[in-house]
Amino acid sequence: MIDTKKLTVSASPHQKSAATTTRIMLDVIIALVPAGIAAVLVFGLRALAVILVSVVSCVLAEFLSRKAMKKEDTVTDLSAIVTGLLLAYNLPAGIPFWIVALGAVVAIVVIKQMFGGIGQNFINPALGARVILMSAFPGRMSAGAFADTNRIGWGVDTVTGATPMGLVGLDGVKEGAPTLMEMFLGTTSGCIGEVSALALLLGGIYLMVRKVISPIIPCTFVATVAIFCTFAQGFDMYAVAYELLGGGLFLGAIFMATDYTTSPITNKGKLIAGIFCGVVTCIIRLWGSLPEGVSFSIILMNVFVPYFEDWTAPTPFGFIKEKKQKKAKEETKA
Amino acid sequence: MAEAAKRSALGELTKGFVKENPVLRLVLGTCPTLAITTSVENAIGMGVAATLVLIMSNIVISALRKVIPSKVRVPCFIVVIAAFVSMIQLLVKAFAPGLDAALGIYLPLIVVNCIILGRAEAFASKNPIGLSALDGIGMGIGFTVALTLMAAIREFFGSGNLTLKVLGFGTTLTDLFGLGDSNVLSAIHLEPIIIFILAPGGFFVFGLLVALVNLLSSRKGGDPSELNCCNVTEDADGNLVLVADGKTIVMPKVDTTPQVKKVEKSGKEAAEA
Repeated sequence: MIDTKKLTVSASPHQKSAATTTRIMLDVIIALVPAGIAAVLVFGLRALAVILVSVVSCVLAEFLSRKAMKKEDTVTDLSAIVTGLLLAYNLPAGIPFWIVALGAVVAIVVIKQMFGGIGQNFINPALGARVILMSAFPGRMSAGAFADTNRIGWGVDTVTGATPMGLVGLDGVKEGAPTLMEMFLGTTSGCIGEVSALALLLGGIYLMVRKVISPIIPCTFVATVAIFCTFAQGFDMYAVAYELLGGGLFLGAIFMATDYTTSPITNKGKLIAGIFCGVVTCIIRLWGSLPEGVSFSIILMNVFVPYFEDWTAPTPFGFIKEKKQKKAKEETKA
Repeated sequence: MAEAAKRSALGELTKGFVKENPVLRLVLGTCPTLAITTSVENAIGMGVAATLVLIMSNIVISALRKVIPSKVRVPCFIVVIAAFVSMIQLLVKAFAPGLDAALGIYLPLIVVNCIILGRAEAFASKNPIGLSALDGIGMGIGFTVALTLMAAIREFFGSGNLTLKVLGFGTTLTDLFGLGDSNVLSAIHLEPIIIFILAPGGFFVFGLLVALVNLLSSRKGGDPSELNCCNVTEDADGNLVLVADGKTIVMPKVDTTPQVKKVEKSGKEAAEA
């Protein structure tokens, strides 16, 4: 008798790593926690409520849409929770809850499930929803909200002034802008999850140590913005630091430009994607009519991913280039 | 025999409503569909104008179908269509100047509306006058209904209002509820979602409606590929693939390679199609 359990003959892969979708998504959720804590400290409990509404709506939308399409349930892979968190982090704290829920439905149903669910969407669901909400409710989405850090409460003092990105331009940083330390810690106005560069960096380092994300895209993205702004701002390093810490650059570069589904798999492709995002972000920030360009740059990059992968496809071992092949043929003929 | 003819006449009239709806099933006339469906009033105006042109041009082209040489048929169709569009445009300018201002360039652009040229090419140039007129009426109604449906969705969510007006007569939803300058969505503590009346919203609503109609017709057992429009494409091997009336005909490319292989290939493709 042969022990069939020990002699399983199957197609490759034969050795699997412990990395499952659920585990990766759990890591991303853990990495997003510091930014969430910072958001609650800065904006109060209203921010927590927005995050909860977003996550619950995303999970419900995922569950119901999979059920309606009679496909297997994918709530347990936790990707809907990540989308919900990222969507909430991209919204101002004072936004009405029904708009949050609407954004969650757009992200999960229209952008993710209609294109085939996890791994099939062509743009990042949370960012796609953010851009749609920005076009749908421009006034609501640009209203910066900022509460006193000493007071953790339900209320949010909505500051209808310019967010940090509205205070920096080609002519440098304008008066009334927060200091660099305030921007690094996150005690400024802006979207829920984007304000604290410190918290986002902590999460990013965790993800890189856990090898969930490759550092290529975040590093090239931020470096490109830094270099581009250095030249565009005429070597005004204060303005450059302001550009780096302000807006959603860290949130976008660490958590959204690195989304597996919508970023290139090849390392060279990632390099191109990071540089592309940085250049587009700077162009929109400095010369565009919008104060912030991170989300649009990442969505544009998402659309170009097939080309980046095509250009940087690695050559298989033993592959002979067409020209050499012709030469080899001619030689054999001769 | 007479009954069969009657049934097919009814079929030619009703096929444009849902089964072969020009906008949502044949995906023709997309440009005006996306551009003018920002209010119900505009959609009805555009739908009626295009329907009138469609019926008249179908009748005239059908009457001339034996006279028009096939080599220059498209210019001939365009001349006929352009004549009717000019007439409609002058009428709209004279009697509904508001609609003329709202539709703008899209009114004269009915000349190049794919639905009208498509029906002329695919139907009126091959069928008798009566059937062509019925086809025009059916397709026109299908076009108008699709436009109105799309405009209703976009206008309601985009501005919280509906302009239920034809040629300036009628009312709006806000007047109906006596809301004045406010809108219905604000009245129930929501806000107009302005992306619906912007161009991207047009694409979203259009895509969702096409998906919905495809879903409905696939549930009824209809095959999405069974459309009464002629479609000639060239496949990877250079064979001509002709799709018409739900049948697929593969015409092998004429070349010097052994015929046996070619026949096998085209047989396989026909089976796949």
